[in-house]
Amino acid sequence: MVDEQIILSAQQVNLWFGSKQILKNIDISFAKNSVTALIGPSGCGKSTLLRSFNRMHDLSPDARVEGQFLLDKQNLYAKDMSVTQLRRRVGMVFQKANPFPKSIYENINYGLKINGVPKSERDAIIEGALKESYIWDEVKDELNKPATRLSGGQQQRLCIARTVALRPEVILMDEPCSALDPLSTLKIEELIIKLKKDYTIIIVTHNMQQAQRVADKTVFMYMGEIIESGNTHDIFNNPNKELTNNYVKGKFG
Amino acid sequence: MKRLSPFIEWGTLLFCTGIVCFFLFVILYDIISRGAPSLSWEFVSSQPTNGMTKGGILPAILGTVLVTLTTAAVATPFGISCAIYLNEYAVDSWLTRLTRACIRNLSGVPSIIYGLFGLALFVQGLKMGTSLLSAGFTLGLLSLPYIITTTEEALRRIPASTREAALAVGATQFESIRDVVLPTALPGILTGVVLTLSRAAGETAPIMFTGVAFYINSPAGYLNQEFMSLPYHLYMLSTQHQSIEVVRPLAYGTALVLILVVFLLNITAFYIRYKHSKNGG
Ligand SMILES: Nc1ncnc2c1ncn2[C@@H]1O[C@H](COP(=O)(O)OP(=O)(O)O)[C@@H](O)[C@H]1O
Ligand SMILES: [Mg+2]
Repeated sequence: MVDEQIILSAQQVNLWFGSKQILKNIDISFAKNSVTALIGPSGCGKSTLLRSFNRMHDLSPDARVEGQFLLDKQNLYAKDMSVTQLRRRVGMVFQKANPFPKSIYENINYGLKINGVPKSERDAIIEGALKESYIWDEVKDELNKPATRLSGGQQQRLCIARTVALRPEVILMDEPCSALDPLSTLKIEELIIKLKKDYTIIIVTHNMQQAQRVADKTVFMYMGEIIESGNTHDIFNNPNKELTNNYVKGKFG
Repeated sequence: MKRLSPFIEWGTLLFCTGIVCFFLFVILYDIISRGAPSLSWEFVSSQPTNGMTKGGILPAILGTVLVTLTTAAVATPFGISCAIYLNEYAVDSWLTRLTRACIRNLSGVPSIIYGLFGLALFVQGLKMGTSLLSAGFTLGLLSLPYIITTTEEALRRIPASTREAALAVGATQFESIRDVVLPTALPGILTGVVLTLSRAAGETAPIMFTGVAFYINSPAGYLNQEFMSLPYHLYMLSTQHQSIEVVRPLAYGTALVLILVVFLLNITAFYIRYKHSKNGG
């Protein structure tokens, strides 16, 4: 095994919503420029775990997070960590494409603006991000069109463009293809594999084939715990645990 | 029996709709047919003369427009801010629940009570006298609960994923509200505001003790003086005038103008909503 540089890690993570414990003793780390798939039955806590990496739980008053999260050796939940800075460094793509109800251009421009990117640099960044997300050719003539008029797959790629425009270190994706048709799904998967060159990607997916197509590492979760993690090929072909085997063979889910 | 029941359901609904439309139509027909003859350029552009039996209702139109604008200036910023706080920032505690219950109850308080309260607070307490400003503030208080409730409903319709989209690119909660949530909710908020204002424009009781007058000598438009208004003018012409029969056509004319003003406000709300739904906003 070659030397891997760990960019993001979480140790001994426990998370509660009210009195209900959702995540139990999670230990996980992500290597730079890798794609990791989080799989597991609905309600096992995949989204919850993902959202703890960009502190999306900060606004839920009944969420309590415990554990040590490190992004490039910096503690994510430290008092002096700016949450807005953190979210720029750890971007997120959601299950249902959620472009701002603004123009295509403005969708990307907004993040740049609030992060203080000078106006003169923005046009080039926006074009670059749209190209990087393989949507430029489809939208270059109508950048002022409302983003909500795009198709579902285009909207999702726009959301990815919005994220990469900020040059994050890590991109979190929560079932980004679950609402898309097979063709759009394929485009996004190709995109994910290309993005790996510059970013570290963590993707939640319900689609076993998708995990095998895009992910280097796969993590299997069950009832708030990590049951098994390792190379995607191993998890799907000779897992150590019976539970993992049953899940990836589609015996439950 | 099975085959008959959809017909009965459909028939009942149609019947109820018909009844409602029928009454609306009768009222409109009555007012328009009797009010239209008095309507003229002179009627909407001149002062009343000869003890209200001749002339126009310009001061009443101006008064109603100005008092409604004052109401808007008072109620809109406070109402919207309050709704933003309640829906976006306040945590779900007994205090928030109590506040919401109070607001709901306030919208059920009869408008005459607001009139008395305005008299005590603005006219006497704050020494603003019976004036357009006092009346506007009183109507503002009356409108607040409606504006808060409709704004909160508009904000609640914005899905969490829209807010999270802004947070995820590094916006603060305030930036997310200012730049994404509010603009998205704006058509709903404005519709609520305009409909509330159109209701306030037609109120009589709250302004009766706080600033409205049957007749003013001076030109209309001073915020610190008494003013004439359409609903009160109509009330006086149809019940308090010494020669009611003579001024009846003028009363109908006033009613028609009042309805037109309110209708104009409603059209505005409709237009805002239409324009935004077309823009996919
Ligand atoms: N904001 C919340 N408040 C309370 N419970 C929640 C909240 N979000 C998620 N949960 C609960 O946490 C559990 C895990 O949810 P989630 O992480 O969304 O699962 P997954 O993404 O794996 O399907 C579920 O039982 C869900 O009901
Ligand atoms: Mg989920």
